[in-house]
Amino acid sequence: MKKYSGLSLVTGALRHNRNWQPAWRKPDPKREYDAIIVGGGGHGLATAYYLAKEHGVRNVAVLEKGWIGGGNTGRNTTIVRSNYLWTEASLLYEKSLKLWENLSQELNYNVMFSQRGVYNLGHTLQDMRDIERRVGANRLNGIDAEVVNAEQVKQAIPLINTSPDARYPILGASLQRRGGVARHDAVAWGFARAADALGVDIIEQCEVTAVNRDGGQVTGVETTRGRIASKKIGVVVAGNASVLASMADLRLPIESHPLQAFVSEPLKPVLDTVVMSGAVHGYISQSDKGELVIGAGIDAYLGYGQRGSFQTIEHTMEAIIQLFPMFSRVRMLRSWGGIVDVCPDACPIISKTPVQGLYFNCGWGTGGFKATPGSGWVFAHTIAQDRPHELNAPFDLNRFTTGALIDEHGAAAVAH
Amino acid sequence: MQLDRLKTGGRIDRTRPLNFRFNGKTYSGFAGDTLASALLANDVALVSRSFKLHRPRGIVGAGAEEPNAIVQVGTGASTLPNMRATQVELYDGLEARSTKGWPNLRFDLAALNDRFSKVFGAGFYYKTFMRPKAFWKYYERFIRASAGFGIAPTEPDPDSYEHRNAHCDVLVAGGGPAGLMAALVAARSGARVIIADEQNEFGGSLLSGSESIDGKPAAEWVNAVIAELRDRGNVTVLTRSTVFGYYDHNFIAVAEHCSDHKGERAADGVRERLWRVRADQVVLAQGAFERPLVFCNNDRPGVMTASAVSTYINRYGVCPGKRAVVFTNNDSAYRTALDLNNAGIPVVVVDCRKSGAGSLGATADAAGITVLRGHIVSDVIGRHRVSGIRIARWDGDTQSTFDSTIRIDCDLLAMSGGWSPAVHLHSQSGGTNAWDETRHCFVPAESAQANVSAGACNGHWSLKACLQDGIDAGAEVAARCGLRTMPVELPVTTEGTDNPMQALWRVPASKDPDRCPKQFIDYQNDTSVADVRLAAREGYRNVEHVKRYTALGFGTDQGKLGNINGMAILAECLGKTIPEVGTTTFRPVYTPVTFGLGAGENVGELFDPIRKTAIHERHQAAGSPFEVVGQWHRPWYFPQGGEDLHAAVARECLATRNSVGMMDASTLGKIDARGPDVVEFLERIYTHDVGRMKVGRCAYGIMLREDGMLMDDGVMARLGEHQYYLTTTTGGAANVLNWLETWLQTEWPELKVYLTSLTDSFSTIAVAGPKSRDVLQNAGCSIDLGKENFSFMSVQQAVLAGFPVQLFRVSFSGELAFEINIDSAYASQMWQILMESGKEFDITPYGTETMHVLRAEKGFVIVGQDTDGSVTPVDLGMNWLLSKNKDFLGKRSLSRQDCVRDDRKQLVGLLSVDGSTVVPEGTQLIEDPGAPKPVPMCGHVTSSYFSATLGHPIAMALVSAGHRRKDETIYAYLADNLVVPVTIVSPVFYDAKGARQNV
Repeated sequence: MKKYSGLSLVTGALRHNRNWQPAWRKPDPKREYDAIIVGGGGHGLATAYYLAKEHGVRNVAVLEKGWIGGGNTGRNTTIVRSNYLWTEASLLYEKSLKLWENLSQELNYNVMFSQRGVYNLGHTLQDMRDIERRVGANRLNGIDAEVVNAEQVKQAIPLINTSPDARYPILGASLQRRGGVARHDAVAWGFARAADALGVDIIEQCEVTAVNRDGGQVTGVETTRGRIASKKIGVVVAGNASVLASMADLRLPIESHPLQAFVSEPLKPVLDTVVMSGAVHGYISQSDKGELVIGAGIDAYLGYGQRGSFQTIEHTMEAIIQLFPMFSRVRMLRSWGGIVDVCPDACPIISKTPVQGLYFNCGWGTGGFKATPGSGWVFAHTIAQDRPHELNAPFDLNRFTTGALIDEHGAAAVAH
Repeated sequence: MQLDRLKTGGRIDRTRPLNFRFNGKTYSGFAGDTLASALLANDVALVSRSFKLHRPRGIVGAGAEEPNAIVQVGTGASTLPNMRATQVELYDGLEARSTKGWPNLRFDLAALNDRFSKVFGAGFYYKTFMRPKAFWKYYERFIRASAGFGIAPTEPDPDSYEHRNAHCDVLVAGGGPAGLMAALVAARSGARVIIADEQNEFGGSLLSGSESIDGKPAAEWVNAVIAELRDRGNVTVLTRSTVFGYYDHNFIAVAEHCSDHKGERAADGVRERLWRVRADQVVLAQGAFERPLVFCNNDRPGVMTASAVSTYINRYGVCPGKRAVVFTNNDSAYRTALDLNNAGIPVVVVDCRKSGAGSLGATADAAGITVLRGHIVSDVIGRHRVSGIRIARWDGDTQSTFDSTIRIDCDLLAMSGGWSPAVHLHSQSGGTNAWDETRHCFVPAESAQANVSAGACNGHWSLKACLQDGIDAGAEVAARCGLRTMPVELPVTTEGTDNPMQALWRVPASKDPDRCPKQFIDYQNDTSVADVRLAAREGYRNVEHVKRYTALGFGTDQGKLGNINGMAILAECLGKTIPEVGTTTFRPVYTPVTFGLGAGENVGELFDPIRKTAIHERHQAAGSPFEVVGQWHRPWYFPQGGEDLHAAVARECLATRNSVGMMDASTLGKIDARGPDVVEFLERIYTHDVGRMKVGRCAYGIMLREDGMLMDDGVMARLGEHQYYLTTTTGGAANVLNWLETWLQTEWPELKVYLTSLTDSFSTIAVAGPKSRDVLQNAGCSIDLGKENFSFMSVQQAVLAGFPVQLFRVSFSGELAFEINIDSAYASQMWQILMESGKEFDITPYGTETMHVLRAEKGFVIVGQDTDGSVTPVDLGMNWLLSKNKDFLGKRSLSRQDCVRDDRKQLVGLLSVDGSTVVPEGTQLIEDPGAPKPVPMCGHVTSSYFSATLGHPIAMALVSAGHRRKDETIYAYLADNLVVPVTIVSPVFYDAKGARQNV
């Protein structure tokens, strides 16, 4: 892998940029791999990277039916934080956040992780109780978290409407300073490039059509580019997890919903942090390019179409204007939808399955992007060792049978 | 002085001069101008700088496709960022400025970027700014400051917006020749039609040309059609209305711009109106965009699309130059050459085709225009404005380079690389596109919804074909609506013969594409041929990767000009065909829409309805602050004489415990459930034996989700054999009704049960305290309120103070208490009557805070505060509510492995060891204050108050294995690492036997 640096840009320029190598190869699939990752999103590519790097499993293929990073990796609002309520969840996301903090250097690809702070606003007394509870839990878990009052919110975000006369006045917020945003496409490309350099084959335009098994053991997959054998298959296909599961005769406790997001036209810097509100139901940050990046709740119906209804966008705009009345004159440039797989407890499944050698990483709902490196890290461990890491052990598929749910609904009433 | 204004012509009103300012300088234009046409009339060529390289840029288009002329319009609270000058209608006093360029537009320091443009190639930022790690925040600050265009307003929007819903048989998007014809045909068939066009007047391309229809100027034909449409009662005609979104089930979103053309602020009425249209059929007739040609320095101010030049000449009476060259690969640009020639501008045509044009070529020759066939423009000279071009003879080989070129002096270069149908809405709707090999463009293929594309939007270029296509489309959609259409005569037009276009995606240059001067594909984002080639070289070969890596098509114009060129050039460099490469997804919106438009009226107080009880005004008069609970505003406490929350609550609590208090409990959800199967239904929903309740009895009931977790609670009463009255929590009312209806309608449709929400119809006043019975008696009650006749947990109809009421003997305070259900129309009056009847007992109104304290003293839970969706009834010590005689929702889950763990978090009471600390609600509880992080948590405080009755703080908490840990000490972890020891006790702090409520 040729190293990227400021110097490499200069030497590239001197050679009219003809010296650059592909960030990842375009190999044809081999007949067999030690492990196959189905799904070339951020999570899948991260899994492949950590398999190669942490576990020495380098004979790995990542199979992507479209183009890498084209699913939810490229469709989210790029928020990264770890201030979850329950210990199980917060430790998993915190692992991820720690990986984020060194990711650009580790991958030698600038993923532009910007730790500009995340404010989760409280608008009611119950919101503030929940904030108090979550912040306390975060601090006990060694995760940075603060409770701030409305005045402090106003200081950090001068344009926000903290008037007590607002329909849902801001009473305070939780603040995680280490939270922030990242450049989503870069995460996929960075992991792809680094994984490729370690020998991972990234195979695009290769759709899995069947999961082959022999008895209770997985033996490979059928794809649009032929049969590929492997005794270990990790499936990370947000939005289509249930579809893949049904190929192995598994049923997942997942509902698939459209989730939309949109951006404004690029503006001069106007918002320096990330603002999320559950009660008013919206979240907003500003990309480095200047676009306001905005999202909110899922469309209520189920479906696999990566599109939603305009009503949902309307509600989100209402919420943003509630928080920032001046943005009423700002214009939406582009909106899009992705499909989120939602578990009953709003937490992911990172688990072995009843089929030996078949692993699933899914159900991230509306908040998977932030987990990208951590998710790959624990999933790689699960696949390589054939047992979960202690961080993802609680996220076993079996919890829906035992009832050991990790219910983040209360704490994350808003999509994120 | 409008130097470039033609003496005559145009659709501007020369009798109405308008003054405006651009970058601080005053200019004048005419009514009917856009900001762009007015700037061009004033010979202003440089209007902006590009995003990354800060290259000087001028106006290139004349409409929604404009990538360069992005300006800030207006000032203060009504300022508008990122407006396209080509779409800003001029008004007197308009104030606009460029959004790029520092210290100024002409001398921009960041233009240095252009000198090092090879360093700033596609995706350069992914390869650098990584060291030292801590510096990213400084790099980022710099990047952010140099990115972005306009400035967001910093004050709330002073204007208002509205939504309007509409249904129609046929919606026509676009009012050019095809759209007008389709609308006319459909309207004559009797269809309810909405026709919307983004411009200030109908006509579309006809406004930009000099064509005639039926022997008259096209504008007259347009006027006649519009007049007929307006006269018909079945047509809604919308100008300045952009069809911007095409959603599922033919839901069409239209943005009507009501006031921006009149001034900075909407002086009267709304600024924008969102039409939310549900259309049976849609005709898509938004026309086509002319493509630029991709040659070296094709971004210099003075390089424009040929159609834009024609538009400025014919529609605005402006010629944007004094010496022009037209560079084309197709026939349509010859019209521009003729327009220029007619305006007296010397013009040379450079046509890459050896054969030149068809009949228009002959016309040009006849007009004495120099036409250089088999030539190309290889480079542009001039920095802030075109001063000349270099041309070369070309033999048709796209890989060739040139040594010898000829210079032609000019200040205007009109280019045409062919046309791309505006398939945006068709694509948004889910339709597919197909590459047309002869017309060299994507045309609509399969429709996914009920729509038809017509005219240029469907790949037709000639006026005659567009009119005919419009007729056909109108007839088609009318027929689909089941309407009969009359034959419509095709208007008479003059048609020539065209020679085929020659595909020329990248114009050969003096050097190879990586070394020649920049050949721009996407102006706004500075995406050049070299960038696309670099992306492909680096493996970003899928068109979506190329888009994301190079920012091609990511600008505010969404690639309307550049995308097809970009895809074709990518195809060329990958050795693929254009359809193999494909397009990127066409996403909503077609052109940007304001957040205000989307929000409409639902801003400020109307963001969410505020629900007030029927007694709200009395509470307000009593000086009560309100607590926001869901949509409700509930009285929080009733301060007297400057009391704070704590003093007021202490007083209210003591008054209720010692004499009598009264609260407005109207916000509780109330549901009437009746029907022959109501018992069976409620048995499945509630955990207790609903059927065993006798008529006239009340019971506390809870319902669980399928996972066994507590969902909601409330008192229910059996009013008849087949009639129950259910109450829910305030916040849960709507959810519970939805939940019940979901089960009824989707899972158990065989059950005959009817549910009616009574929450607003009836108000509830709770009178609580030892003297509550006396208060009701004082008011005059028709029934005997004594224990024998009216026992605890029963319900009776009564007449109270002359009003029919439903009286419940239930208690949420643990005191003798009555809840009076009364028609909301009389509730306020009843409140007053009770206040007076209770005067001798010093009756004390109390709010939600006192209610919380009173119930906490009794250990009663509040769902959503003491529970969080992870709590079973067993955790709350409510085993007695779980019937063993029947099944109910969630029952099975309660026996799951995790739900029977004996160390689950369970509801307990807590007392601070120091007897004085009120531990904040939400505080985490730990076993070992000295443990290293992550510190295991054993629970958290759910409710916490100072109890005036008991004289010390009390708290409720969920604690791991709490039920068997009475009297143990654990620690509350406060902010700043402060730790407070607390003792686990029973959650019932007061009157454990329940004697007080049962008297």
